[in-house]
Amino acid sequence: MFYDLHYITIVFLIALGIYAVMFQHNLIKIAIGIDILESGANLLLIVLGYRNGGVAPIFTMAPQGKTMVLPTPQALTLTAIVIGLATTALMLSLIVMLYRHYGTLDTREIRRLKG
Amino acid sequence: MSWTEHAPILIIAAPLLVSFAIPLLERIDYRVRNAAAVASLVFSIWMVLIVLHKIWVSGPVVYVFGAKSAFLPLPSGFKFPVRIMFEIDHMSAFMALSGSIAATVGVIYSWAFIREKEGGLGKYYSLFLLMSVGMLGMELTGDAFNFFVFLEIASIASFGLIAYRREDPASVEASFKYMIVSTIGAIFVLVAIGFLYGRYDALNMAYIAKHMKLGIVERVAFVLLVVSLAMKAGAVPMHMWVSDAYGRAPAAVTATLVSVSQASLYGLFRVMFSMFGVTMNNHFGGWMLIIFGLLSMFIGVTMAMVQKDIKRLMAYHAISQTGYMLLGVGVGLAVLDNPVALKSYGLAAMTGGIFHIMNHAMYKGLLFLTAGAIFYRLRTFNLNEMGGLARKMKYTTIYFIIGAAAIAGLPPFNGFASKLIIYESVYKFNPLLSVVAMVVSVLTLASFVKVFHSAFLGPEISKVKNVREVPRSMVIGMGVMAVICVLFGLFPGMVVKYLAGPAAASLVNHTAYISSVIGGGM
Repeated sequence: MFYDLHYITIVFLIALGIYAVMFQHNLIKIAIGIDILESGANLLLIVLGYRNGGVAPIFTMAPQGKTMVLPTPQALTLTAIVIGLATTALMLSLIVMLYRHYGTLDTREIRRLKG
Repeated sequence: MSWTEHAPILIIAAPLLVSFAIPLLERIDYRVRNAAAVASLVFSIWMVLIVLHKIWVSGPVVYVFGAKSAFLPLPSGFKFPVRIMFEIDHMSAFMALSGSIAATVGVIYSWAFIREKEGGLGKYYSLFLLMSVGMLGMELTGDAFNFFVFLEIASIASFGLIAYRREDPASVEASFKYMIVSTIGAIFVLVAIGFLYGRYDALNMAYIAKHMKLGIVERVAFVLLVVSLAMKAGAVPMHMWVSDAYGRAPAAVTATLVSVSQASLYGLFRVMFSMFGVTMNNHFGGWMLIIFGLLSMFIGVTMAMVQKDIKRLMAYHAISQTGYMLLGVGVGLAVLDNPVALKSYGLAAMTGGIFHIMNHAMYKGLLFLTAGAIFYRLRTFNLNEMGGLARKMKYTTIYFIIGAAAIAGLPPFNGFASKLIIYESVYKFNPLLSVVAMVVSVLTLASFVKVFHSAFLGPEISKVKNVREVPRSMVIGMGVMAVICVLFGLFPGMVVKYLAGPAAASLVNHTAYISSVIGGGM
């Protein structure tokens, strides 16, 4: 019944992230939206690598007669998480600088560049 | 085997290593730091040339990290491409050559352009080299996830560099804007790669291309990849970040950022031609590129006409010129399934579009650097506060004339050569497209005549009285690009024969890309 629940969750997370980025006016909320988007993408990678009954691929502890999962999706997710961390840290530091310059976090008032 | 076997990885290894060594080198002396940065990128150019030579001699170069073959044979006999690898054909090498030259010029120019007292120079050079590494990696890799990682390295480094002058609120704002747009694009690239991985259990581009069967998942992945990479390349209607980011980054960074965006353009072409090449309805894909191209050309140039900020004006022209590349390559893609048309004009259109990529990196880089030179002396980008600079800054003036003539497509500069190829071949496909391209070119000329007139000619305003020529490193940096602009304009036949032509042919030759990794037998 809930066979596709993880995919529905992914779609929900990505849609929520895009909604936050497009319709929120607070910079911090936009940053949170991007983080939610990233979580959606990471969840997708994890779900792709999941196999029912599979065990973690640790070489020294390989059990006899059981299937091990391919570790590539986990490796991808780790990399994506690290990249996401770097992006988030830089984004938050830019928000701090913007707040110092403009005295506000509202995107409607941070509009020096146009035309 | 000689050490040149490892040239593909040395292209990115040298700048990557120096990038992290720079905080240490800075403790010795700032000259050591700058010299190391320049040396590492010059080394990259040398390695690219070695690889290019290998490709001429023996076809695409495949470099697998830590093993001979990308495949891991399982005990059951099933072979599986698990290893990360570089796959370098003419197109990759062409892009890497153009990118590494632009990055080298950027670093040389930065030597004097970014003053020591502005501070944070160690970090500046680290990020600059990281950005170059990301760009080169995107162009060389044969692994889809690796492509995403290099894309993010290049993007994150460029966010930092755009906001380098952090006391200027507009720089921070531009960087933040670019960051939001670019991060969302990169996440969609990751999702698309995840989709492809879910279908084919592989990240190797050639393996995916070989087994590609077009279904709904692949279509979604295709759309996600094309839209996000076109956005990173700055095509209209996803162009709003370009004018801010190019306009506000330090000039040396902008000149390289042009090449970094082109790495995304390369990714776009790679996805369309090599990964989805056989299975897609190429007529549709081609027209999609052509429409992106036309919109970019026209909207870019019309937005540029009204600008008063010299760098913002040039940034809109960068959008407009990207349109020419999309147009040329799009025409090639549209007739990919039709061998007669492909032979008579499709390949020529692609050659023109690809030739234009390198020309654009050179003359647009040069123009941004001259804008930076003006900023270095006057501390303003506003055209209304300039005038009579021609008498004071003679090298900058000459370089500006070369760059402006090249972008407007005047002979004998490089822009003329590539645009002529595009006009001629696109005319045979659809005359109307060619007419639009020419009109845009005329508008470009008009816009640059305006800039030249208001900045360099006319009476000297009071601010210009004490202006001198810019320091030597900046003159040399601009000189390198100007010389390339002139040489490519004087000998376009050589460039087309040895660089751009083979690059176009290698994009079209989808099977060679696959078989150089998979091997003919599998």
